[in-house]
Amino acid sequence: MVTLSINGQQVQGVDGSSILEVAREHGIEIPTLCYHEALEPYGGCRLCVVELKAPRGPRLVASCVYPAEEGAVVETDSEIVHRSRRMTAELLLGAAPNAKVIQALAARMGVEKPRVSLSDNNCILCGLCVRACREIVGANAISLVNRGFTKEVSPPFEIGSNACVGCTTCVFLCPTGAIKLEEVLANRSVHHWDSDFEAVACKICGDHYLAPELAVDVEKVLSEENA
Amino acid sequence: MTIVRTPEELENLKEKLVASSDPDRPRVSVCCGTGCRVLGSMDVIEAFRTELGSRGLGNEIGIVGTGCHGFCEKGPVVVLKPSGIFYQRVGVDDVAEIVSESLLNGAVIDRLIYVDPASGARVIYEEDVPFYQKQQRLVLDLNGDIDPTNIEDYIAFGGYYGLSKALHQMRPEKVVEEVTQSGLRGRGGAGFPAGLKWSLCREAKGDTKYIICNADEGDPGAYMDRSIMEGNPHRVLEGMIIGAYAIGAHEGYVYIRNEYPLAVENLRIAITQAEEYGLLGQNILGSGFDLSIHIRPGSGAFVCGEETALMASIEDRIGEPRPRPPYPAVSGLWGKPTNINNVETWANVPIVIDRGREAYSQIGTDQSTGTKIFSLVGNINNTGLVEVPMGATLSEIVYDIGGGIPAEKDCKAVQLGGPSGGCVPKEHFDVPIDYESLQELGAIMGSGGMVVCDEDTCMVELARFFMDFVQQESCGKCVPCRLGTRAMLDVLTGITRGLGQEGDIEYLEELGRQITASSLCGLGQTASNPVLSTIRHFRDEYEVHIRDGRCLAHVCKSLILYSIDAEKCTGCGRCLRKCPAEAISGAKKEPHVIDQDKCVKCGTCLELCKFDAVVVE
Ligand SMILES: Cc1cc2nc3c(=O)[nH]c(=O)nc-3n(C[C@H](O)[C@H](O)[C@H](O)COP(=O)(O)O)c2cc1C
Ligand code: FES
Repeated sequence: MVTLSINGQQVQGVDGSSILEVAREHGIEIPTLCYHEALEPYGGCRLCVVELKAPRGPRLVASCVYPAEEGAVVETDSEIVHRSRRMTAELLLGAAPNAKVIQALAARMGVEKPRVSLSDNNCILCGLCVRACREIVGANAISLVNRGFTKEVSPPFEIGSNACVGCTTCVFLCPTGAIKLEEVLANRSVHHWDSDFEAVACKICGDHYLAPELAVDVEKVLSEENA
Repeated sequence: MTIVRTPEELENLKEKLVASSDPDRPRVSVCCGTGCRVLGSMDVIEAFRTELGSRGLGNEIGIVGTGCHGFCEKGPVVVLKPSGIFYQRVGVDDVAEIVSESLLNGAVIDRLIYVDPASGARVIYEEDVPFYQKQQRLVLDLNGDIDPTNIEDYIAFGGYYGLSKALHQMRPEKVVEEVTQSGLRGRGGAGFPAGLKWSLCREAKGDTKYIICNADEGDPGAYMDRSIMEGNPHRVLEGMIIGAYAIGAHEGYVYIRNEYPLAVENLRIAITQAEEYGLLGQNILGSGFDLSIHIRPGSGAFVCGEETALMASIEDRIGEPRPRPPYPAVSGLWGKPTNINNVETWANVPIVIDRGREAYSQIGTDQSTGTKIFSLVGNINNTGLVEVPMGATLSEIVYDIGGGIPAEKDCKAVQLGGPSGGCVPKEHFDVPIDYESLQELGAIMGSGGMVVCDEDTCMVELARFFMDFVQQESCGKCVPCRLGTRAMLDVLTGITRGLGQEGDIEYLEELGRQITASSLCGLGQTASNPVLSTIRHFRDEYEVHIRDGRCLAHVCKSLILYSIDAEKCTGCGRCLRKCPAEAISGAKKEPHVIDQDKCVKCGTCLELCKFDAVVVE
């Protein structure tokens, strides 16, 4: 266990936890965008910054990736933290002005209008879809390509990838609704990835739910395994 | 080829090499660094071979194709040894005459002699060239003497002595201690103490450890590391072997910019030769210590020079930085403790060990020991590579070594450290160059890029240039760097186009501070430096752009107007004929007029007019 101070309160956390994890366990709220407890932390959105006063401080660190160290002194609510989050929210609003989460976030941070308009793309490159596809689904159908302002999420070579199994985890996780799913009867299209196929229907409820490659005959698999 | 198994055998080999080379034997040293190559030095060296061959002098007179001598401005550079006669801008046509007049008769060819622009003095010998006189060449010392593709040249000058001393006379901890006490700091930008970094990696838990040489050199205009690797690759290898021994690593990587084909080739040759001589590979110098070194060509992104991105790239993953901690010393390449240093840092190591910490720390200042190589570019007479002791001043570099500013213009500032750096205005040219003093001025030592700006430089445009660079090179992973640098670029571009608004400067400052404080890696954390430092020292230039819509340096095209002074114009028609936009009209011998709607502000008329009739405002 490690003991550290967050906002003047002595708290304990399991070795290897991040500051964010320890804070949340103790009911201390820190805003996040690219963090998801089921995924590897990414450290991309920088909304979770906190002020680390010791050791080697004071400075801002991203709490989702920064380890909770013994004796650390952390402030999650100080003026410099708020200034940084406000600027981040403003930049995000300038880049994704139509995304509902970003509008709400900006409002919460007291940002009315971004000083610079950058784009109006709903994708904020939080990378949740890419990490889920890799770490949970195991499909690796999409990745982050290019750099800087031209960075985007894409299937390989921007062509619909047959690695996509149409599980829609990415659609579900996307905080801004940038990934569009369309289901017309059996036809399921994840527009963003240019993937489009007939989903197989469930034998019991009749819902179309699964990509054909995944629709294996469970009984057959089981009997083979038992043989 | 000889396998060197003991310190004595190294000593013997050196003695043999020295004895077999007559110091009085005439030799021609032709610079074959990239700068001189571009100017034709490979043809020059070929011409020497042909000329000497046809005169049957091939054995009597030696030819050495060396690495960069540093004085790229005057390339191709040729030095005759042992006399030291220095010829500049040598062409193929000069070769026959150099052989017949200078090599055979000892005469000096006047037209090839260097004339110092400052004093007008004719300089015959290399050692008297002012460009070299004020330098202290510790790392680049052998660049003009040795053939980088021949390990014996390096050994003849005492190469691999530091390694021999480390392996046979010092325990690994002692080597770390020696480097720590020497005060050597990282030359790749941040100036982190090398010995401390080594000890962290040495003490990290794990049997497998790696060392890396960062040879990705991505700063625009910087070519120090390139010239070290092209001109003396063995010094870098020797440093790495000593470091690996001290840290306990048996595998090393050189991550080298793929756009440096000559450096890659010379390094490859050097690795092969060092292995053949028993100085690399298994049982180095008979000590029982093993190390293999691999070359990994860079992936072509600026951010791949950042240490965590670089390691991701070696692992064949996307070259994106990851958060630290964990630091590479604890968890680096493939999760193993890894020590990464810059080319120039590694190249200093053999010198530290060979000469000892006392001697080394005498050079430079208390906090910044040794020398630093700078690539001196921009508005400067002597473009080239300059190695000076830490603590030298900018005025020494710009005026004494660099020969001042062309066309007798005034100097405004020097930009140090490239896209992560800042500028030092002329008022501070007497401040000693060391890590701390530069930081106080809002600049950094950086890796050694030094861009000299004359009075016609627009500091807002300079800041915009670097911001454009970093926003393109940002990996795009974190929001402040990806979007923040883009926002800064938009505002800066607006200012240079006359669209600046009240409040822009304050917004840039606030944005810059936030990007610095909250970005994931060093790229974002330093990306605002050029902007913040130009605002700090040249705020009035920003204000004039924004409030008056003027660019006093006449650089920002949207803010300047070209016109013709009717009193001075003789109607000669030169400008009218050459204007690419056909914006100038007027009858012969009548004053001409510029049509502002058509003018593209290229400046052609200004350059052409013999009567100073073109006015820029
Ligand atoms: C964006 C970025 C680019 C960098 N590029 C280089 C480079 O080209 N060469 C280099 O030696 N260090 C570069 N660095 C610094 C490295 O991350 C690292 O600090 C350095 O290699 C350590 O070596 P040193 O301690 O010997 O200086 C870069 C850092 C950043 C943030
Ligand atoms: S939640 Fe930590 S950087 Fe996004």
